[in-house]
Amino acid sequence: MLEIRNLVVSINNKQILNGINLTVDAGQVHAIMGPNGSGKSTLAYVLAGHPSYTVTAGEILYEEKNLLAMAPEDRARAGIFLAFQYPVEIPGVSNAYFLKAAVNEIRKRRGLEEYDAMEFLELLKEKTRIVEMDPALMNRMVNEGFSGGEKKRNEILQMAVLEPKLAILDETDSGLDIDALRIVANGINKLRSPNNAIIAVTHYQRLLDYVIPDFVHVLFNGRIIKSGGKELAFELEAKGYDWTKDRSETTQTEIV
Amino acid sequence: MGSNPLIRDLTSREYKFGFVTEIEADAAPRGLNEDTIRLISSKKKEPEFMLEWRLKAYRHWLTLVEPKWASVHYPKIDYQDIIYYSAPKTKSDGPQSLDEVDPELLATYEKLGVPLKEREILAGVAVDAVFDSVSVATTFKEKLAGMGIIFCSFSEAVRNFPDLVKKYLGTVVPYTDNFFAALNSAVFSDGSFCYIPKSVRCPMELSTYFRINAADSGQFERTLIIADEEANVSYLEGCTAPKRDKNQLHAAVVELIALNHAQIKYSTVQNWYAGDKEGKGGIYNFVTKRGKCLGKNSKISWTQVETGSAITWKYPSVILLGDNSVGEFYSVALTNHRQQADTGTKMIHIGQHTKSTIISKGISAGHGGNTYRGLVKILPNAAGARNYSQCDSLLIGNQCSANTFPYLEVQNSSSHLEHEASTSKISEAQLFYCKQRGISAENAVSMIVNGFCKEVFRKLPMEFAVEATKLLSVSLEGTVG
Ligand SMILES: Nc1ncnc2c1ncn2[C@@H]1O[C@H](COP(=O)(O)OP(=O)(O)OP(=O)(O)O)[C@@H](O)[C@H]1O
Ligand SMILES: [Mg+2]
Repeated sequence: MLEIRNLVVSINNKQILNGINLTVDAGQVHAIMGPNGSGKSTLAYVLAGHPSYTVTAGEILYEEKNLLAMAPEDRARAGIFLAFQYPVEIPGVSNAYFLKAAVNEIRKRRGLEEYDAMEFLELLKEKTRIVEMDPALMNRMVNEGFSGGEKKRNEILQMAVLEPKLAILDETDSGLDIDALRIVANGINKLRSPNNAIIAVTHYQRLLDYVIPDFVHVLFNGRIIKSGGKELAFELEAKGYDWTKDRSETTQTEIV
Repeated sequence: MGSNPLIRDLTSREYKFGFVTEIEADAAPRGLNEDTIRLISSKKKEPEFMLEWRLKAYRHWLTLVEPKWASVHYPKIDYQDIIYYSAPKTKSDGPQSLDEVDPELLATYEKLGVPLKEREILAGVAVDAVFDSVSVATTFKEKLAGMGIIFCSFSEAVRNFPDLVKKYLGTVVPYTDNFFAALNSAVFSDGSFCYIPKSVRCPMELSTYFRINAADSGQFERTLIIADEEANVSYLEGCTAPKRDKNQLHAAVVELIALNHAQIKYSTVQNWYAGDKEGKGGIYNFVTKRGKCLGKNSKISWTQVETGSAITWKYPSVILLGDNSVGEFYSVALTNHRQQADTGTKMIHIGQHTKSTIISKGISAGHGGNTYRGLVKILPNAAGARNYSQCDSLLIGNQCSANTFPYLEVQNSSSHLEHEASTSKISEAQLFYCKQRGISAENAVSMIVNGFCKEVFRKLPMEFAVEATKLLSVSLEGTVG
């Protein structure tokens, strides 16, 4: 589904990603872990097509197509979804209105009929139930005045409505209370299917207790320095990143 | 955001109403002197009092200089290079019904989306269409006449209802008011007149479509609306003008008068030609609009959506004379490319417990400049007066500008004023967020702008709100890459 080859990325002439290789197949969940500033969000943004980043080398294939040639909105319509680490507030635009516009753009692209107001409300009702979100938030402006946790939950709600093929979750678990974490994880698991893939950026093992990954990668200084199965996350939790750093010289070749 | 790859420079958008209608025009020679005024007056078969008033206004105008305090910049206007009267030629003295109206004119209205016949039947809107200077056709007149409502062209009112005109003309905007009002008073060619008798609630929205057609002609319409005691009326005004390289002057005057318990709601969607993206051509829109809440418990409400014109200079105001009277001003002003707008309102509280609300939404894109200028004045006798003002600016890109000048003059300690202001910018992060959800930048901008204007659009009559929403989207086309 997704193939990242030797990706080098810079922002403001500062190189952040130094040659990322990663293959994600349908049905898989990949967790990406790594210290602050290692480039996790950068990778997520580049996949979504953020215009501030410059790709200086490498390529990304998404469903056999050159992803880097696609506009951000086209990537979204082709099934790529990014749950933002810091969701943006959009005053004046209600959450429900925003989501309806988004889902209909995506449906248009998929050759499906657009939802009318009634159909959409039905859908929304069902999906808000999945993430146990207060329906009152639907009539509020997009993320405006939402608590940190509400914003994160709202991202997952959007994901549930938009049904992406490739969901990139950038620290969606950060800032969630224990119950919210379980609920959000549950929402993520509902999306899991043999046809979809998830890249979950996280700092904590606890999300991965619920959303069990097929692979765990450690990103350090813009490189994936270690990859493994779900056990790797436990090891990281127990030993910290220094441990991988020490071994990074010897494990470079093990990169997926 | 200049370096911002999401918000690039503006591309051109087509002005949808930029066609010219080929009609033989009956025009006055270029320039302005007392003879021009006599000609206008005689063309319109006006009674003597009207000519005298015009001449007085003209003589006063000669003593005035063009105001320069507004934040708008434009080359000097040559008032002798303007044609002050231009009427489409007709076979007889004027059309008695729609069938007699020049088919080309009617076609023009079709293009504007004002098919008179259809409107008559479908929307139930009585349209008084002002084409250049003469009122072309007035629909629904009979039905309204049955209720005692007078809705006709200003010229007709001068001939048929001289007493009403004489009684109220210039009582809200005297010809001494300002330079443009004086000019208008001297040369106004036509406009609408409306009188709603006591206790009558006008059963339909009254509507006028203005259009400037002839080249080099100025448009100087004058509108007078009187709501007698307990009367109620909602009036809509839409404006378009063809695309021309030269700037054209539009100096209108609107006077509203509300007697005891009367209510007037005046809505404008202004889409005069704005000039091209380099700022060539476009309408200079210098307009004086004012209402007087003469009676107690009366209410005057202005709603405007200003998306057109190269320059907008306009301050729809309310004089709150009657006790407990209410004044409202809801405004959306959008400037794109090289457009400049200096607009706002004046709320003059004279009566006791008078109340006013000001909601102003300014949107600047491209190199547009947008200024809100408002005055809230509370006089010593206006005990318990209240005002709430909210002025918000939204910037798209970083080459545009927004200014807010709220003036307060409070001479009464029992009054209560609240003022809120905000400036925001459509950020790259917001646009990216929308795009990541599959929404194009253009739709995202239009969604955010419409959200920004919601409070004002809510005040517009239904069909106008739809039109205004579309108009904003069209006006914003090409503001983002
Ligand atoms: N506009 C910018 N200019 C310069 N450096 C930047 C810019 N944006 C990001 N960076 C840098 O890029 C590096 C990677 O940032 P990124 O947000 O991808 O880290 P992260 O792994 O997601 O960190 P965290 O765990 O804290 O979220 C950081 O050192 C950051 O300071
Ligand atoms: Mg991050």
